[in-house]
Amino acid sequence: MTGKAPHLSLDLSKNEPAIELVGIDKKFGAVHANKNINLTVAKGSIHGIIGENGAGKSTLMSILYGFYQADQGEIRISGKPVTIRDSQAAIAAGIGMVHQHFMLVENFTVLENVMLGAEGGQLLRQGVSSARKELKRLEDDYGLDVDPDAVIEELPVGRQQRVEILKALYRGAEILILDEPTGVLTPAEADHLFKVLKVLRDQGKTIILITHKLREIMAITDTVSVMRRGEIVATRKTTETTVEELAELMVGRRVLLRVEKGDANPGKVLLSVKNLTVKDSRGVTMVDDVSFDVRAGEIVGIAGVAGNGQSELLEAIAGIRKPASGEILLDGKPTAGADPAELRELGLAHIPEDRHHMGLVLKFEEYENSILGYHRESRFGGAMLNLDEIRKQAEDQIEKYDIRPPNPRLKTANFSGGNQQKIVVAREIERNPDVLIIGQPTRGVDIGAIEFIHKRIIEMRDAGKAVLLVSVELDEIRSLSDRILVMFAGKVVGEQSGEANEQALGLMMAGIAA
Amino acid sequence: MDYFDIFISILGSAIRLSIPLLFTALAGLFSERAGIFDIGLEGKILASAFASACVAYWTGNAWAGLATGIATSIVFSLVHGFASITNRGNQIVSGVALNFVAAGLTIVLGSAWFGQGGRTGQVPASGRFSGITLPGAEMMRDVPIIGPLYANVISGNNILTYIAFLMVPISWWILYRTRFGLRVRAVGENPGAVDTAGISVAWLRYRALIVAGFLCGFAGTYLSIAQSAAFINNMSAGKGYIALAALIFAKWKPVPVMLACLLFGFLDAFANFMQGKALPGIGEVPVQIFQALPYILTCVLLAGFIGVARPPKAGGVPYTKER
Repeated sequence: MTGKAPHLSLDLSKNEPAIELVGIDKKFGAVHANKNINLTVAKGSIHGIIGENGAGKSTLMSILYGFYQADQGEIRISGKPVTIRDSQAAIAAGIGMVHQHFMLVENFTVLENVMLGAEGGQLLRQGVSSARKELKRLEDDYGLDVDPDAVIEELPVGRQQRVEILKALYRGAEILILDEPTGVLTPAEADHLFKVLKVLRDQGKTIILITHKLREIMAITDTVSVMRRGEIVATRKTTETTVEELAELMVGRRVLLRVEKGDANPGKVLLSVKNLTVKDSRGVTMVDDVSFDVRAGEIVGIAGVAGNGQSELLEAIAGIRKPASGEILLDGKPTAGADPAELRELGLAHIPEDRHHMGLVLKFEEYENSILGYHRESRFGGAMLNLDEIRKQAEDQIEKYDIRPPNPRLKTANFSGGNQQKIVVAREIERNPDVLIIGQPTRGVDIGAIEFIHKRIIEMRDAGKAVLLVSVELDEIRSLSDRILVMFAGKVVGEQSGEANEQALGLMMAGIAA
Repeated sequence: MDYFDIFISILGSAIRLSIPLLFTALAGLFSERAGIFDIGLEGKILASAFASACVAYWTGNAWAGLATGIATSIVFSLVHGFASITNRGNQIVSGVALNFVAAGLTIVLGSAWFGQGGRTGQVPASGRFSGITLPGAEMMRDVPIIGPLYANVISGNNILTYIAFLMVPISWWILYRTRFGLRVRAVGENPGAVDTAGISVAWLRYRALIVAGFLCGFAGTYLSIAQSAAFINNMSAGKGYIALAALIFAKWKPVPVMLACLLFGFLDAFANFMQGKALPGIGEVPVQIFQALPYILTCVLLAGFIGVARPPKAGGVPYTKER
């Protein structure tokens, strides 16, 4: 494939190229992270780079920003070859980067963050007033208003991201790279970001947007390149492509964006929640008198804007958070006072919302995580761990769930997000629980893995298990659930069938129609 | 002696006892604000105390002693940096190792060179920093209240004492008013932000450690050739750890660091004074209670009773570039 990577200059090249990558190649040991990358981005355009996790997008951008050196290849900025040895060289070449995890000092003010590294002299005093003036100008030119004296940690995430953009512009960036910029934003904040990006483009800045969200690519980019396994497999004008085509290019085969599933055959009630009230650590009521049942052989989805009590509901059912009042019944038996381990023995499995926080110990090797929570089972040896047995079952899971790379001895942190999630899903589903509760099953997971995880969830249903699903992705809820409950401000405000239309659900989630 | 005289004498002794703490805590302020845990402060004090005593003994020049003490302390800092910045080793392990090296090396070298079981020779008067009488101290002595305070507490200290207090505003100014200070504070919170701003994290942290070494050199020198006239085995006696406690107690801020050091110095002086004396209504209090107070106060603070002490976020974590 290497020689065939297309080097396309699209019609936009009537604008001169802002940045050209010629034959960029990078290997990490045996991993070929970037293979002969050729890419031209026209000045004053928004170029999307889309690909699954681990496709090499981030490596490519890190090379552009001087975090890594390419083994081979050339970078040209405005036609001139440049060597980018470190971030300082990237800044000097006019490249600014907005990282996925913000590179901000949280207890500094906006002004201090913007000035860091570009202070304008040994004494801070020398640079402060010019920095203020420049911030004001950027605000006027691009509509990026932020209070320069606000402390970062007190700003909402969308504002913090704006500071990142300001930092880049303050350093005179002409090319702005954004790495998964909407991962942490609310939909409204994301819309605002897109508006800002369009303004920046119209003022002549060049923007490279890295994402794995197809919708964003379609909404905002002018041109798009698809990366797969370290290569650019296609470059298209956004208006001349479709979501389906891009998705297929990303995974290299046709994906089902709709999950195929048969009708549900609900049986007896396996999970029952009665008048449940849960308070958070501050004593605020997060779940308010909620009741519902989940039957064998059905998937009940809980839709809602994040922060309306779904997390607390899941934690209460999983035995992590003690309810203030109400009852939870597993197969008709009350579970009050049972801890997560006892609940597991009663047949409840929990795929937590945040795999880093609750699902995995990132510093452990894969096989250690594959038994976490089930390590007491006698087949793993009890007090003295039976490592052979544990590794054998880890290898089984790796094969069955196509976890890559297939190495149980690899540190979990070194797996991509999608594969980490598969480790959790494999662990919980392979114990064959009667009741499965799942939070955000596919957050930060690439398309291939999403499809895989969705299929496993439906298999669980078809095997007669009760599944409770919480997700902020409405598409996911709608495509998987047999029944949908909508939560708003801690209450279940409505119930819909799986075929509910998006508008009706949206109104309920906003607390407008019940 | 009436109560006021007792108070004045305890206060004077409190100042003297808090100086090494102050230098050391300010040293720790720089390294820890840059994100390097500095448990090796203790070792740096000890090593610099030994080095400055040796040189002051041989040359009879206190300033030469000070210079050697500072240089020694900086070398220890650089070793810490080499282990924990360049090689990304564990900062606590590296610091503890330095403490052991200092404790062992001073005894071995001291015995070899002076043959007094680790003690150095008696430093001549010219090799010591002795008290300076400030102008007007004698004249003021008879003025009520202010007089004895000026003559016995403020005047009559050695030059290092005045330097120590001068270091407080200087440290504050460096940290909050200079580019270097901004970067040091940033690198202790989020080295990624510093790196992506095009600044070398390693070199910045090395510089912070050099500043720490510089300040710690004063602390050691003060112990051996200002407060006493020779180096004695293990003469730092845990001051490095108390300084760390003061640093935490002061929430990693320069002026509170000074106040915390003065408080801990005062507790120490008070403990000395109370030795063998009965407290009215309570009776004799074991001196260990007072000696434990700095640690107890710090624990109480850490438990959140006196506000939350928020350490620099990136403290203790070696920086590795991530994608």
